[in-house]
Amino acid sequence: MLANLGYFSLVLTFVAALYGAGAAAYGAVRRRPALVESARHAMLLTWPLVTLASLSIIALLVGRHYEVKYVAAVTSNAMPTYLKVTALWGGQAGSLVFWSWLLSAFATAASLRRWERDREFLPWVIVVTMITLAFFISLVIFFENPFQRLWQTLDGRQVSALFQPSGTIPLFPTDGQGLNPLLRHPGMVIHPPMLYLGFVSFVIPYAFAIAALVTRRTDDRWIRITRRWTLVAWLFLSLGLILGGRWAYDVLGWGGYWGWDPVEIAAFMPWLTGTAFLHSVMIQEKRGMLKHWNMLLIILTYSLVIFGTFLTRSGVLSSVHAFAQSAIGPMFFGFIGLTFVVSVSLLMNRWGELRGENHLGSVFARESLFLLNNLLFMGILVVCFWGVLFPLISELFTGQKVTVGPPFYERATGPLWVGLLFLMGVAPLSAYGATSWRSLGRGLWKLLLLSLIVPAALYFSGVTLAGALIGYWLIGFVAIVTLVEFWRGALARHRRHAESLPLAFWRMAIRNRRRYGGYIIHLGVVLMAIGIIGIEMFQTETQGTLARGESLSLGRYTLTYESLAQFDTADGRNVARAVVQVSRDGRNLGDLYPRRDFYYASQQPMTIPGVRSSLQDDFYVLLVGWEPIAQEGATFKIYHNPAVNFVWMGGLIFIAATLLAAWPTREFDGLREAATARAVVARA
Amino acid sequence: MQRSLKVYLVLMAIAAPVLIASAAVQPPPPSDDEVNAIAHQLYCPVCENVPLDVCPTQACAQWRATIRDKLAQGWSEAQIKDYFVEQYGERVLATPPARGLNWLVYVLPPAAFLAGAFVLYRAFRSWGQNSEPLVPTAPDADGDPYVARLEEELRRRS
Repeated sequence: MLANLGYFSLVLTFVAALYGAGAAAYGAVRRRPALVESARHAMLLTWPLVTLASLSIIALLVGRHYEVKYVAAVTSNAMPTYLKVTALWGGQAGSLVFWSWLLSAFATAASLRRWERDREFLPWVIVVTMITLAFFISLVIFFENPFQRLWQTLDGRQVSALFQPSGTIPLFPTDGQGLNPLLRHPGMVIHPPMLYLGFVSFVIPYAFAIAALVTRRTDDRWIRITRRWTLVAWLFLSLGLILGGRWAYDVLGWGGYWGWDPVEIAAFMPWLTGTAFLHSVMIQEKRGMLKHWNMLLIILTYSLVIFGTFLTRSGVLSSVHAFAQSAIGPMFFGFIGLTFVVSVSLLMNRWGELRGENHLGSVFARESLFLLNNLLFMGILVVCFWGVLFPLISELFTGQKVTVGPPFYERATGPLWVGLLFLMGVAPLSAYGATSWRSLGRGLWKLLLLSLIVPAALYFSGVTLAGALIGYWLIGFVAIVTLVEFWRGALARHRRHAESLPLAFWRMAIRNRRRYGGYIIHLGVVLMAIGIIGIEMFQTETQGTLARGESLSLGRYTLTYESLAQFDTADGRNVARAVVQVSRDGRNLGDLYPRRDFYYASQQPMTIPGVRSSLQDDFYVLLVGWEPIAQEGATFKIYHNPAVNFVWMGGLIFIAATLLAAWPTREFDGLREAATARAVVARA
Repeated sequence: MQRSLKVYLVLMAIAAPVLIASAAVQPPPPSDDEVNAIAHQLYCPVCENVPLDVCPTQACAQWRATIRDKLAQGWSEAQIKDYFVEQYGERVLATPPARGLNWLVYVLPPAAFLAGAFVLYRAFRSWGQNSEPLVPTAPDADGDPYVARLEEELRRRS
């Protein structure tokens, strides 16, 4: 019953979305406001409908309806209720419904907020969002249906179908397989929704961009309308990536947080184009330039969002042939291709109308540096895209699978990251318009010189690795430039008003959230970079098999194996848990409990590290293996991860600052103000 | 997992006395770190994108045991890697060897980057030759006079 209700609400959503897209387009072209209004109503209907479908799935999951295939696949009796609810996005079919739910919610929010103001754009926003929604819903109702039930044929085979196939009887399992144990982690519960929020929110700026192209409103209006959407999308995507990293560090048991896995890269690619976009739209807002480029960037971001979902959902990564067999793969492929080609042709068609209002004054002007920044981000994107795609191409053409692993990405993107760090330091010192090399140099040289203190201090404290010294030098440089920028801002207010410096600083930041939020984000990146260089260049590891009481040393740390216990738990795990004592320079730091959980149902082991964290480093212990109790030996792998906690601290600052930048201002109505401001400046 | 480990440990238990007995004439048995140093550069065909040194599956434990055996027999790192390539194909390597179609892996990204840089260079040149006067920059949308002044300061330095 519940399953039927959910299914039919999805079918209705599909119909409503298709009608909405069609009616909005027709109504806009033929100028029939009544039809557009009707399309809008159809669109407003989609969110309650998908909500109903999602609630039905959740009710089935929580109600232990294991006769539904999806429920049996992702939940089990042993799972707590909150995990059953979040199993909505734990499997393929459910996560596609969740995606659709978010999209319908955002489409509704985008059109409800400023319907009157954005009247000319909104029909086309409806068209774009509803076509995307119809696509995702069609995947769900035709290929990956979460409401399919299990049936048993007379010869005992198990089949799944929505309605009872002839010659079958309903099957009522009493328990399910349960969610993949790797996903039963609090980080994994919130990580996918964050990524999806990020993915889906990028659809809205894209929709406005297409609307701007169709309606020939090619000024920066669409950018200003979607400025906050873009920031929010970027915020969630960043948060999703950081949470994913933390999850990997806590659960996957390989001593790191980022493995250049295609699934990670799938989420990273839209982040790259999104970040480039966030930077380059500022140039369009300020100088009326780069209009083509911004359009292209948002089109790319949208395509990469769909591509990312495709990569993780179609099975293409495990094998090209799995992709060809799954119906969902070619559908995705077709949809990405079609939307990309249509968007780019539309852009080509409007190319002439997107001419810049301004031209470049100098190679050292801030807009040029932003373009360089974009070039570097695109370079990283190409590396990522190619690295993910190449194994598929190789398999397709030569039949041979190859691995494109971390060393490739690290070597290829390393210099590009260094370039970005350098630009992050230089760009705030350059001015818009015509900046000469001399004037930029005049602002630059003192700070560059000052920042040399960082590598010098490191060198004298024993760091001799050239790469690390250069990296930390640039980090120091960016930090100094950014802090000086804050200082200049605070000083400007302080001199004029009788405000104390901290107050002046605070007011300055609050009144110019995007500017100073952006600079604080840069500081977050600086902190993260400290940690990334720390773990990339200075991580050490060792492994050894110890009898009870024996020790294993790594650097200043010593680990002593005390005991090991092995036991079954009520939720279907076999746990082997070791107790090890950790000391540094002979001083006892306490015990750690690395363990290995073995999930009986899924026959899957999971390695949970024991970690001793401090600001300067992590001591990270894995239980690799153990001998029968009688011999009481165990093998441990230990990692020393210097500065890794800067990654998480930087991440927190990064997210908080993005929130600050995206936070609504009361007097915000950038549209009119910027136009008047530009007019005033022009007159003066 | 535990079973594989047991198998492995039993194997080691059998091998250990042999190794110890021959210790007088042979170098000491390879350490875990030596095994991991090689395993870190290899990927098994089953576990996607998990390097062999940290992969917890049974198959990978057996591979590590193989590496240990080969090391004990005096094989070099290159020989061991070649052995795995011969057995399981080039996909066991962390990056594809640069020959045949694989060249594309290494050539395309730098080529694309250079092409992008060239386009950018051309754009800079063509913009630079444009002699129309610059349209003044719009101040921040929020219209904060201080930010405008900060930007002005940067410009005046020239």
